[in-house]
Amino acid sequence: MDLDLSVDQLALRDGISSLLDARFGTDRIRAGFDRVMFDELAAAGVFSLRTDGFSWADCAIVFEQLGRFCVPGPLVASLLVGAERIADLVEPHDGGAVWVEHLDMLDELFVLRERTLWRVDPHELALLPATWPLDPLTPVTRVEELPTGPEVPVDAGELRRTGAVLTAALQLGLADRCTALAVAYAKERVQFDRPIGGFQAIKHLCADMVVRTEVARAAVYAVGAHLDEPDQPGLDRAVSGAKVLAGDAAITNGKAAMQVFGGMGFTWEIDVHLYLKRAWVLDTHFGSGDAHCDAVATALAART
Amino acid sequence: MRLGYSENDEAFRATLRAWLEEELPALASQPARDAWDERRKWDTDWQRRLFDAGYAGLHWPAEFGGRGASPTEQLIFYEETARARAPYVGVNFVGTLHAGPTLIEEGSDAHKASHLPKILRGEEVWCQGFSEPGAGSDLASLRTRAVRDGEDYVLNGHKIWCSFGQIADVGEFLVRTDLDAPKHRGISWLILPMNSPGIEVRPLRTALGSSEFSEVFLTDVRVPISNRVGAENDGWRVTNVTLKYERGTAFVSELVDSLRLCEDLAPLVHDPGHLRELGRCAAELDALWALTKRNVSQSARGTVGPGAMVMKLAYSEARQRFGELCLRVLDREALHVEDNELVEERLRVLALTIAAGASQIQRNIIGERVLGLPKDAR
Repeated sequence: MDLDLSVDQLALRDGISSLLDARFGTDRIRAGFDRVMFDELAAAGVFSLRTDGFSWADCAIVFEQLGRFCVPGPLVASLLVGAERIADLVEPHDGGAVWVEHLDMLDELFVLRERTLWRVDPHELALLPATWPLDPLTPVTRVEELPTGPEVPVDAGELRRTGAVLTAALQLGLADRCTALAVAYAKERVQFDRPIGGFQAIKHLCADMVVRTEVARAAVYAVGAHLDEPDQPGLDRAVSGAKVLAGDAAITNGKAAMQVFGGMGFTWEIDVHLYLKRAWVLDTHFGSGDAHCDAVATALAART
Repeated sequence: MRLGYSENDEAFRATLRAWLEEELPALASQPARDAWDERRKWDTDWQRRLFDAGYAGLHWPAEFGGRGASPTEQLIFYEETARARAPYVGVNFVGTLHAGPTLIEEGSDAHKASHLPKILRGEEVWCQGFSEPGAGSDLASLRTRAVRDGEDYVLNGHKIWCSFGQIADVGEFLVRTDLDAPKHRGISWLILPMNSPGIEVRPLRTALGSSEFSEVFLTDVRVPISNRVGAENDGWRVTNVTLKYERGTAFVSELVDSLRLCEDLAPLVHDPGHLRELGRCAAELDALWALTKRNVSQSARGTVGPGAMVMKLAYSEARQRFGELCLRVLDREALHVEDNELVEERLRVLALTIAAGASQIQRNIIGERVLGLPKDAR
């Protein structure tokens, strides 16, 4: 049992973090996801981690960093089912209309329904995205009816588990960066003649952000390792728990960061709203926090 | 990273599990909550059995009667004892979980030799004399005086929240040894024999109705200077060693037990809103168990993360949340406490966000020590 990062994992984390720091500054992130960005991430090995022999725990470490930099795009699906092409995955709940993200950039679109995965040609779908997406960096298009397509053999359970964990890793990264943004501002912003971070009202908001992040990090790293050792008991419960904790951390830290930034936090110029909006988007991926709470409770009841 | 335990660790688990299966059925039933003499005997008897079987002070060095086991084996011990519903540490809490570890780090050879083996064998019960009526969250403002007189300190003052004060043999006491120094630099950490003349113990009744806390009045109590742990006036540093254990590792076995309480509550939950909240509580407690493992992994490697400081705050708040859910689920079945563990626990955990550093103090510490935010007047 060892839930601390190994030397190799620290190097992996620092490597991807330096790359993102050098190449994915705010201006570039704000320009949105495009093929050049995808190619650059692909060249860095982000989407071929599994085929290159990295563990799921390693993948979670990399995706945490992608979250920290608020990197947009269908990152999780491209790793899981993209086979080196830009791919996304939708889960229609009731057979009605769905909102597809990044449709104009997709090479592949997969539909997951219960235990079946099928492939749809994204170019056949309407290409008129919503004019005002919730997250400005996640364009969405309403598709009235998804066509059927060739079925792709898949272990749907594993796809959902790995998708939820990588999404949780992105959420963890969002939560972590929101803390860093808020703390830096709290040290620099002066009101009543002193840095606002000295006031307990602000300090305690920041401390709670750390607590949520560290607890979520423990859950995400542990479940990353759990995916690599699927015979250990309680995998589904651990996956759901990580998605709950990381999702809460991302959303609540986003709101807390906006509060620390005060009026500036509500401006388009400050990045905080981008993190909060991404946190809301990711809560709809691979099961919401609420749905995963229900799943944890069900797993718990099944034990007794 | 690796989630699974090693073969050696699993072998340790199997042996411990077999031992517990043999020992527990023979255990006498637990005495009434406030029957202190019986409770002392029951808790220390169990401690003695743990010692005889080699399970006391697992992570303490072998030279003091410990096992010198790895932190991972300690975790397995908590997992297995909670699973088997073995007795809780009880009156041995202060001695085994924070006074003893403080002596291991800070005590002299004589302190270690005269106390550590007795703590492990269940022959010495400790209490804590830190807080005072005027020094709660602002612990360093404590005013109990210790004045040198020959080979002794002479103590005068008033302590409060002394866990197990009425039955303890020894106490870890904080006293002021320099009135003129800044408040953090005039404190010393003393080992106080509780049978010393001039000590009066008055039990307090808690909101739970229990009486494990006492007030302790000290009137001209003489303590040998050699009972001081750490240098004179360096007691605040020693205190932080104690608090590190009290706020960190001391909660681990409770945490494992909380997961068991979640399982107890689960079959009683039918309302979908309650079910969702149960899932959230269990997810939080599961994550705190993962955090505990991560903290253990980090300390084994010598890296220090903020996880240990986060633990106390997160755990105590999570338990309050779960306790509140228990009452909502039980509805009018929650109106009696006798033989109603979930309700009794709900009352008991009211103390967790206050004891050993209120949540607000923990947030100050995280804000200042982890995040480097400026201190402010308070």
